[in-house]
Amino acid sequence: MDAYALLIASTLNAGTVLAIASLGLLINEKAGIVNLGAEGMMLCAAIAGFAAVVHTGSDVAGFAAGMAVGALLAAIFGVLVIWLNTNQYATGLALSLFGSGFSAFAGISYVQAMMPARQTYAIPVLSDLPFVGPALFRHHPLVYLTVLFALALIWFLYRTRGGLILRSVGESPESAHALGYPVRGIRLLAVVVGGALCGLAGAYLSIIYTPLWVEGMVAGKGWIALALTTFATWRPARVLLGAYLFGGVTMLQFHLQGIGVEVPSQFLTMLPYIATIVVLALISRNPAWIRINMPASIGKPFYPGS
Amino acid sequence: MAKAGFKLEARPQPSKAWSYGSPLLALLCTVIIGVFLFMLLGKDPLRGLQVFFWDPIKTGYALGELVVKATPLLLIALGLAVCFRSNIWNIGAEGQYIIGAVAASGVALLADKATGGWIVVLVLLAGIAGGMFWAGITAFLRDKFNANEILVSLMLVYVAIQVLGFLVYGPWKDPNGYNFPQTKAFEAVTRVPRLFQGSRMTIGVLLALVGAAGIWVFLFRTRAGFAQQVGGLAPAASRYAGFSSRRALWTALLISGGMAGLAGALEVTGPLGQLTPYVPAGYGFAAIIVAFVGRLHPVGMVFSALLMSMFYIGGELAQSRLGLPKSLTGVFQGLLLFTLLACDTLVNYRLKWVKAAAVAGGSK
Repeated sequence: MDAYALLIASTLNAGTVLAIASLGLLINEKAGIVNLGAEGMMLCAAIAGFAAVVHTGSDVAGFAAGMAVGALLAAIFGVLVIWLNTNQYATGLALSLFGSGFSAFAGISYVQAMMPARQTYAIPVLSDLPFVGPALFRHHPLVYLTVLFALALIWFLYRTRGGLILRSVGESPESAHALGYPVRGIRLLAVVVGGALCGLAGAYLSIIYTPLWVEGMVAGKGWIALALTTFATWRPARVLLGAYLFGGVTMLQFHLQGIGVEVPSQFLTMLPYIATIVVLALISRNPAWIRINMPASIGKPFYPGS
Repeated sequence: MAKAGFKLEARPQPSKAWSYGSPLLALLCTVIIGVFLFMLLGKDPLRGLQVFFWDPIKTGYALGELVVKATPLLLIALGLAVCFRSNIWNIGAEGQYIIGAVAASGVALLADKATGGWIVVLVLLAGIAGGMFWAGITAFLRDKFNANEILVSLMLVYVAIQVLGFLVYGPWKDPNGYNFPQTKAFEAVTRVPRLFQGSRMTIGVLLALVGAAGIWVFLFRTRAGFAQQVGGLAPAASRYAGFSSRRALWTALLISGGMAGLAGALEVTGPLGQLTPYVPAGYGFAAIIVAFVGRLHPVGMVFSALLMSMFYIGGELAQSRLGLPKSLTGVFQGLLLFTLLACDTLVNYRLKWVKAAAVAGGSK
């Protein structure tokens, strides 16, 4: 019983990392920009956040550092893609390659570093309930904030004028431009917000989730977060659900090892990646369905007056 | 209406001069950023530049090492160029390289003292087949399920790393290897022949150059290669011309998978001589940069592969001589691609100074 409570708890924890990053990427994809640099931003944010906690002792400073680094890298990407019309895929790829090199380089002296003792979290009363207590109510505040953020994002995207403008920029930048909206500015803002959230996810990974700095520690989570937006056909609620599902797949390997399943560990480690491929193939099978839900101008440059 | 400032003006035709000039400008920008980085780290920037750009070409032996590392980079980049020209984003060459190395090792491990020299051919063919198989998964899922090739090929890199790990920690582990996760050293007969005594260069160098020529002929002198590129540039025109986009997809991925697999086979039966968890060295990712810096052109990529190899060796030298982390290589590689993409804007656009213009209606 307790093993399952633990499995649920760790699923939520792992899913939170994916959810934060993927919701961020969703925002910039809604504005029509695909940022393949998620992995690189998360890596740089992970080391920046970790280093900030080591030096200041404050988790909040760590999250802030992670978000700042994510936002900064995304801003560089955004300027290249939006103002210099560089190819979005190639530029995002460059960001991922640079990020993995730079984080390894910057993090070399932090490999053995220790953060101050990690706090435990518990919601009074609720956390003492049997089973649901350890499963649901002993998490870092960000786990709950992520759910709230997803709800807020749904409200913003589909119930506010700002959300409508953001979506129009991703669907038809020409029309948005003709209506007088600063398309490029809005796109840059969306990219920077997406980067900040990827940064937050990276910082959560190194400060709360692992909590350590190891070279390459994001281990493809940035790419899985990118795949999640497609899985979810660009709907925030489905992104959240998908993130927990994949968090569960990641955790299943440890659970299976725990209950003594006789499978070489490498095959269990493969699971999340294979699951990503399988789900991606199943969801994409119907091109029409993807096309209906996908922001129409995703990946396409927009340069006013061209 | 217009505020004063620089504005990009589309060129009627891409500038040929800038398409060659941009990689050089990007390299210059990377070097300048590098100088600042060395100063920030408290190292003499001149010494740093020397380690990265002069020491790797100073002696004959160093030049040989440069070529050794450039070989897999060139082979992989050649295949990637076919993909990128076809607008197929295979970014999982690292995985195809690993599986190529694994397949080649599988054959090499079958050999014993009595095996003839012909086994080398089988080893290399196995590598090619392994890489093609791995890239074929991506092609299949894209073809039949419309799955995004960027994400699938990349996810397969992580899977390939685990396959390699399983084999060297499990069934293929050398029983006399003091429990190290590695296969036994391959029989001498399975190792790819060296070019000269005393150098680590193998006939892989020649294969890479033949490959460059082959890809040049394919891209610029065959109908299939032409169809491939039309499909990448103008899918609608390509459909109208009756070129099959499915065929282009499979061709591009199988060629690049095969090239990456060959690179893996040559590496594991050349400089390495056994399969270890350290086979993945990031060549598959660095080759993406090689392909772009070399303008997706076989001749250009020969030079960019040498440049990227220089970054690898420079990183190793920076570690041993300046006490800097080896990962500096990755920083410079990433910077180079970043600055290249920015500089490439000049190929298609002209930077124009626009003066503040008053618009009818009086507002400035």
